[in-house]
Amino acid sequence: MALFLLRRAGGLAIVMLLVALVVFVIVRVVPGDPAAVMLGSAATPDDVAALRTRLGFDQPLIVQFLIYCKQIASFDLGQSIFLNRPVSQAIAERAELTTLLTLMSAGLAVAIGVPVGIISAVRRGRASDHAATAGSMLFASLPSFWVGLTLIEVLAVRHPWFPVAGWGDPGDGLGAHLYHLVLPAVALGLPNSALIIRFTRSSMLDVLGEDYIRTARAKGVGSWSVVTRHALRNALIPVLTVIGLTFATLIGGAIVTETVFGLPGVGNLVVSAVLRRDYPVIQGTLLVISGIYVLINLVVDLLYALVDPRVRT
Amino acid sequence: MTQDISRRAFGIGLAGAAALAATERVWAQTPSGGVISIATIGEPGPLDPTVATSDLVSIISQHIFETLYCFDGSWQVRPLLAEAMPTMSPDAKSYAIKLRSGVHFHDGTPMTSEDVVVSLQRWLKLSPRGKQAATAVTGVAADGPLGIAITLSRPYAPLLALLAMNNGAAAILPKAVASTTAPMGDPVGTGPYRFVEHKPDQYIRLLRFDGYASPPGTPNGYAGERKAVVGEIRFVPVPNPTTRVDGMLSGQYLFADSLPAEMLPRLKGQPAVEPITVKPFGFPLMIFNEHAGPMQDPLVRRAAQAALSCSDMLAAGFGDPAFFDAQGSIYSKGTPYYDEGSVTAYNLNDPAKAGDLLKQAGYAKQPIRIMTSQQYDFLYKMSLVAQQNLQDAGFEVDLQVLDWATLLSRRGDEKSWDAFFTYHTFVPEPSLITVLNPSYSGWWDTPAKHAALDAFNGETDPAKRVADWKAIQALFYAEAPSIKVGDFYNLAARATRVTNYTTVPWPFFWNVGLSA
Repeated sequence: MALFLLRRAGGLAIVMLLVALVVFVIVRVVPGDPAAVMLGSAATPDDVAALRTRLGFDQPLIVQFLIYCKQIASFDLGQSIFLNRPVSQAIAERAELTTLLTLMSAGLAVAIGVPVGIISAVRRGRASDHAATAGSMLFASLPSFWVGLTLIEVLAVRHPWFPVAGWGDPGDGLGAHLYHLVLPAVALGLPNSALIIRFTRSSMLDVLGEDYIRTARAKGVGSWSVVTRHALRNALIPVLTVIGLTFATLIGGAIVTETVFGLPGVGNLVVSAVLRRDYPVIQGTLLVISGIYVLINLVVDLLYALVDPRVRT
Repeated sequence: MTQDISRRAFGIGLAGAAALAATERVWAQTPSGGVISIATIGEPGPLDPTVATSDLVSIISQHIFETLYCFDGSWQVRPLLAEAMPTMSPDAKSYAIKLRSGVHFHDGTPMTSEDVVVSLQRWLKLSPRGKQAATAVTGVAADGPLGIAITLSRPYAPLLALLAMNNGAAAILPKAVASTTAPMGDPVGTGPYRFVEHKPDQYIRLLRFDGYASPPGTPNGYAGERKAVVGEIRFVPVPNPTTRVDGMLSGQYLFADSLPAEMLPRLKGQPAVEPITVKPFGFPLMIFNEHAGPMQDPLVRRAAQAALSCSDMLAAGFGDPAFFDAQGSIYSKGTPYYDEGSVTAYNLNDPAKAGDLLKQAGYAKQPIRIMTSQQYDFLYKMSLVAQQNLQDAGFEVDLQVLDWATLLSRRGDEKSWDAFFTYHTFVPEPSLITVLNPSYSGWWDTPAKHAALDAFNGETDPAKRVADWKAIQALFYAEAPSIKVGDFYNLAARATRVTNYTTVPWPFFWNVGLSA
């Protein structure tokens, strides 16, 4: 198990290094200049050139990259050009929201996806199966921004039960924050539950056709017990992979949802940083998101190893 | 039955969450006069009014900081921190300004001439407006505790207007803040509201400044008495325009800025919301490159001028005629510099004339690279109409659709473009119009323009300045450095419970109250 962990951690370090390099290059290759954006449309080329020099963007790329590597080595993500604060602070200020949003959406997606998938498999070919299949197709086809705008229109404007946007007022605590995240979590979680429904159904169907299930039934084990104690545990391995991937998708999806609901999360930070060409924020945020993505995959690998010991070898 | 239980459970859950949220909200102090929540177009970044020229920073920072002068409702310069209009020497090369007494900064220290001198020196060094003034200003000195003397190398008429602008502003800061070169920390000014908290992408909170000393006089535009009626102003970044509208309709926001014109039908007829059309607001421009490429030739530029249908471009860009005016005067109707007489070649849409001019110029079908951006939808739509107009006249057009940041960056390189689309917000002083700046991309700097602009800037008599401006506008049409497409207006919205609101391009919320 220790060797397995070590191998995975080594792979993680290499991936992160590659991510740092790729992000640095992509950000610099994309045209556009933070100095020009900061100074606005009234700025002259001379003003822009002067600010570029002040920000150090007139230095050769290799020099900028070496400075960047030195910063990363000391766990410093740099200083935001636009926000006038360290990138790590900007991310930390928004991490709570994005984490809560992702967890709520993932929780909702799993809470819908796994039970519906199981019922659909157990009641294969019946009306409830057809309804679940059609529902999952519908959820998968709905873009989260559309779901978000519709939820706002119905549940925040016509029936003002939820806030339209934002993360609450100054002084608000966790309760108010969670209340503000209900609609965004539904908008994000609903489309993502479709994949889990489909995978759970298909995985359960595979397992329910196995000999040992037939044996269990022949021995007179109750059908509920067969499903929950014998079939579900084995069926969950591929579903775990999908849930891990769903987490990663949700982090990406949060970018759109946060924009629609005006939420000051990490996704919103990335979008704004790209529009402003705030290089340190783009680099730092993408590095952190990639790190989380890689870590989620590592956790999924570890869960595999726990659920199925054959994976460790 | 099961359905009833689920519904009840949902209802109880919802009520519980709402109650918890409401209880928590009560814990946060609500100031007397209430809170006005304003949905803005995004995160403004650092609130340094001297360095920043963005409209959003101006809208927020004008509540915190004040300048020596400001504009009234007719765009005339009026005193703000100054006690009266300045005394000018007969040769117009020195200004004596007396400051109001009893003005305090938010940190409690009194404002003196020392603070003003250092603030103006900072402005001359850091602000784009200040740098423009610095070409004429030779000195700023204190004249007693409440007196300022500004000396100039030549008569420079735009000075007072530049001192009155609220972006790239000559904001008066405490000496200790203004004298450092470090980025500004928490903003400290003399305005009716003081800065409390800035959570990027979440909100900026301003609270009523109890020690505020208001200028005297009836409120008129930005001038006159300023009273902080509302206890707290909260600026909330809401980048999605649909969400801003939804937030207004649900009552979450009490004011929303920069809404798409097509949203007007959703706002109309709502009892709790009043749509606002902001006039004057801005004008789209198509800027030509006079340093390189085919547009260097004035005949080619005039051919483009003859080819374009500005009214079609405006209709494509804004749709509803209530939000634009197809007129060619650089200044819109109702402003001091409005003039139709010197508009000689606007909205011609004459492909035959354009073709003749191209023939005279010997245009050999070189592609005209036009940069535009979908980030400003109206600019993109206008550029599509322009492309068709120009092609009909015989131009070869290469329309390049870029994101705004790329456009801003690329326009600095004279070799990579021939024309680009942008827009200009209303500025009360003509010398602040970017196209007139010879360093601005496009680089309009002919001897005739240079002479006309020098005469305009050197003339201190307001009536004669209007005549000089007509000469500049006539040149704008004769030399065609850019196309002024027309005027466009901004859609904003306020809750009907917001009282005493004055419609201006940079909305302010002093003197504004909230009804029950």
